[in-house]
Amino acid sequence: MARAREIIGRQMTVSEVMFEVEKDIIFYDQSGGGVTFSGGEPLMQQEFLLALLNQCQAQQIHTAVDTSCYAEPKIVEMVSERTDLFLCDLKHMDNGIHERFTGVGNTLILDNIRRLSEAGKEIVIRIPVIPGFNDEKANIEATGKFTASLRGVGRVDILPFNPGGKEKSARLTGGVKPVQIEAPSEEKMSSIAKELSKYGFEVKIGG
Amino acid sequence: MVKNMNERVAKLRKQSVDTRPYISAERAELMTEFYKSDIPQRESVPVCRALSFKHLMENKTICINDGELIVGERGPAPKATPTYPELCCHTMEDLRILNSRERTPFVVTEEVRKIYSEKIIPFWTGKTMREKLFGAMDQKWHQAFNAGVFTEFMEQRAPGHAILDDKIYRKGMLDFKRDIAENRKKLDYFNDLRAYEKDQEYQAMDICADAIIIFAQRYAAKAKELSQQESDPVRRSELEQIAEVCSYVPANAPRNFWEALQSYWFVHLSVITELNTWDSFNPGRLDQHLLGFYKKGLEERILTPEQAKELLQCFWIKFNNQPAPPKVGITEEQSGTYVDFALINTGGLRAADGSDAVNDISYMILDVVEEMRLPQPSSCIQISKKNPDRFLKRACEVIRTGFGQPSVFNTDVIIEEMLQDGKNITDARTGGPSGCVTVSSFGKESCTLTGYINWPKIFELACNNGIDPNTGEQVGPQTGDARKFTSYQQLMDAYKEQLRYFIDLKIRSNNVIERLYANYMPAPFMSILMDDCIARGLDYHNGGARYNPTYIQGVGIGTVTDALAAVKSHVFEQQDIAMDELLTAMRADFEGHERLRQRLLYHTPKYGNDDDYADSIAEEIFNAYYDLLNGRVNTKGGKYRVNLLPTTVHIYFGSVVGALPNGRKADEPVSEGISPTQGSDTKGPTAVIKSAARIDHVRTGGTLLNMKFNPQVLAGDGVDKLAHLIRSYFKLDGHHIQFNVIDAETLRKAQQNPKRHRDLIVRVAGYSDYFVDVGRDLQNEIIARTEQQSL
Repeated sequence: MARAREIIGRQMTVSEVMFEVEKDIIFYDQSGGGVTFSGGEPLMQQEFLLALLNQCQAQQIHTAVDTSCYAEPKIVEMVSERTDLFLCDLKHMDNGIHERFTGVGNTLILDNIRRLSEAGKEIVIRIPVIPGFNDEKANIEATGKFTASLRGVGRVDILPFNPGGKEKSARLTGGVKPVQIEAPSEEKMSSIAKELSKYGFEVKIGG
Repeated sequence: MVKNMNERVAKLRKQSVDTRPYISAERAELMTEFYKSDIPQRESVPVCRALSFKHLMENKTICINDGELIVGERGPAPKATPTYPELCCHTMEDLRILNSRERTPFVVTEEVRKIYSEKIIPFWTGKTMREKLFGAMDQKWHQAFNAGVFTEFMEQRAPGHAILDDKIYRKGMLDFKRDIAENRKKLDYFNDLRAYEKDQEYQAMDICADAIIIFAQRYAAKAKELSQQESDPVRRSELEQIAEVCSYVPANAPRNFWEALQSYWFVHLSVITELNTWDSFNPGRLDQHLLGFYKKGLEERILTPEQAKELLQCFWIKFNNQPAPPKVGITEEQSGTYVDFALINTGGLRAADGSDAVNDISYMILDVVEEMRLPQPSSCIQISKKNPDRFLKRACEVIRTGFGQPSVFNTDVIIEEMLQDGKNITDARTGGPSGCVTVSSFGKESCTLTGYINWPKIFELACNNGIDPNTGEQVGPQTGDARKFTSYQQLMDAYKEQLRYFIDLKIRSNNVIERLYANYMPAPFMSILMDDCIARGLDYHNGGARYNPTYIQGVGIGTVTDALAAVKSHVFEQQDIAMDELLTAMRADFEGHERLRQRLLYHTPKYGNDDDYADSIAEEIFNAYYDLLNGRVNTKGGKYRVNLLPTTVHIYFGSVVGALPNGRKADEPVSEGISPTQGSDTKGPTAVIKSAARIDHVRTGGTLLNMKFNPQVLAGDGVDKLAHLIRSYFKLDGHHIQFNVIDAETLRKAQQNPKRHRDLIVRVAGYSDYFVDVGRDLQNEIIARTEQQSL
């Protein structure tokens, strides 16, 4: 029987999520870790996210939000008040290229990151390295300069493109063939890491 | 993998790894010769045992291998494995099986067969401990034993599980002889009615002390002889030094690092030559014992770190040269491995002041473990909250190399366990695991493991009114027709009633077996080593040790919990499966009931997922066992305690249990240790740890938790995460955890092509073994364990 629709994930209430989160308090305490809210895009469910962040804050559980930063500044501000660490995606520094490949420009994103920085938030910048899209020297330099201009960035993670997403992509698009892109080589990753570390922050491959 | 190993060590290691274990009839022949003499007619049992030991030590082959620095073998050569006909005399059929079986084979030559058929078997048949033991058991016991409800440790091997403290590094055998003589002089024949008995025990201990000195002197003489023939001046000088070492220890307390190791090794060989003790023998905290000698050697410039490490490497190889003596029948099923459970402890705390005991030797031992990569000896680290993370992380790096060593123990909980058992704080801090996971106080305790108990089988009997579905026999008491149970509690009560019956049956027989060993098979050599045997004038097997607990090892908590959770949720709460339907499907081994089985497998709470529904049942199962067993008295002045571990018995126990309500089919292994049922934990390693911590480890004498990781998970900073995971488990009072770091694909490849994967070592349960040696069923079970994909 062909399945037209497959349900991935399930609906949960705030208290159900908190029940699962609280199970691991012993591990957060030991490792200095906590909860990371990621997605999809967590800022698209801001009410739910804010409720969870409030509860975590009350329990003194460290929180991180993994976001594209493409959201209304008001939402970013509300979330930032209740969040310890932001993991911010930075896909491309060129507004035009960003718009062509993601459908939106990067102005709002960069502004939001700047705002978080000015609010004194701890930030990790995360760059998905996609060969042929954002791995050329000019973009890496621009990324480095932008990041260096921010306060509060302790680390930059560069994440090699993972072709393992092909299957997921096929499931989402109903079998339409995704663009064929190979993972960047280890040498390429190292050279980008080396380039970025010139700007004075820690660079981690993977993460 | 093998690095930092000089030519000598590499050569000795290769000899050890490449030699196939084979049977030596030498010990059996010497023992037979002795017992055929008129001495056993003239002397008391302890003196007779001592004289037989002396006969062995005076006559067994002396073996100094080319290039080695630490000398002495149990048999005539590396991997030559002696037998113990006074305990268990192998039949010709046993020898044929040993020579040909898939798992743990031993080469048996035509010559050995001939000696056995002409001399050994005719003499010992009818006289062995095994026959005495089986003869003393009643029909109910035999019925339960044959049904696979429990196993019996003492039917082929002697009680042991002993660990040494620091006494042999402070005292020589001549000092022990003085202690023995002084105590013997103090015997009060007017008021102590056992004075004569004690006199005989003292006489026996004294003879044994002489025997080990003679044995060492024979090594000294041999080394001297070899040195005179040696043309290479370097080797000649080494042989001269070996002669010097062996003429000094163990008669006297060691003066340096080399003598300390050699002295322990003679003691070790003597313990495992006197009797075939379970868990061979164990040096305890080697890092603490050796530190003083190491520092002194460096200060006096007679030792370099490289030399110390080389000596340790040579010492390691000696353990690997001694396979566990050949086991047959159910004993082989429950413990099918060459590993003889000598376990080196490192880390933990100092006994005197409870401070951090990690030292330079602790790190050196981890280096040696990593470089030697041998299944024997086993190694473990003890971790207290006071020990540095640096030490734990170094151990995690070794664990990451993927051969299951070292295992990791929680010192703070071990101390609590010991205090809970009534020990004083110093003795509690001197505690640790003996071979697998069960802890005892080093140098002061006879902690006797008497057999595994099959909880899933007991559950099956509770479902069948005490009748074993395999045979139709009434093996357990009639606890009611499960079809008529109207509540979950009734089934739980039936389980507890069955459990009570079998615990009683086992304790009753243990009380007989303990007396058999005390009366017929004392261990006067071992008794020299264990406080307070000399002070009390009592044998190790007769309450001589300061502490004398007895254990019956519980097996299958994951399987029983999942089975009970399935009945509770489906039959009594959701009521979507009728008990009759369930029992019918179980009897049919789910043939024609696959949809039902899928529901049981995938739509039922399971232990190991931090799910209170299942975990609270696990807690109740543990508490039921604890309440029925803990504190019962044995015949040695000690009490019963609880521990949970399997060695390889989960395969055997699975083979006697039919299909169960958790969807497990007949013959499939039961869960091992306190690990979840293979493949049923789906919420990651932290959830497993939370579930396992629901058991109150502090009230046990040991639990075993296995975890399997895909190697990629531990790459990079995975070592830090692993260390955090361990620390978290220990904060929750977990007793022990061990790891396999290997992916299922590698294991499957090794199964298909064993020759190419000859050196692949995996963690089984409390020990590591060559994957290709463990047998197909155990291989499949290890593959089926959940492989954690993230941390």
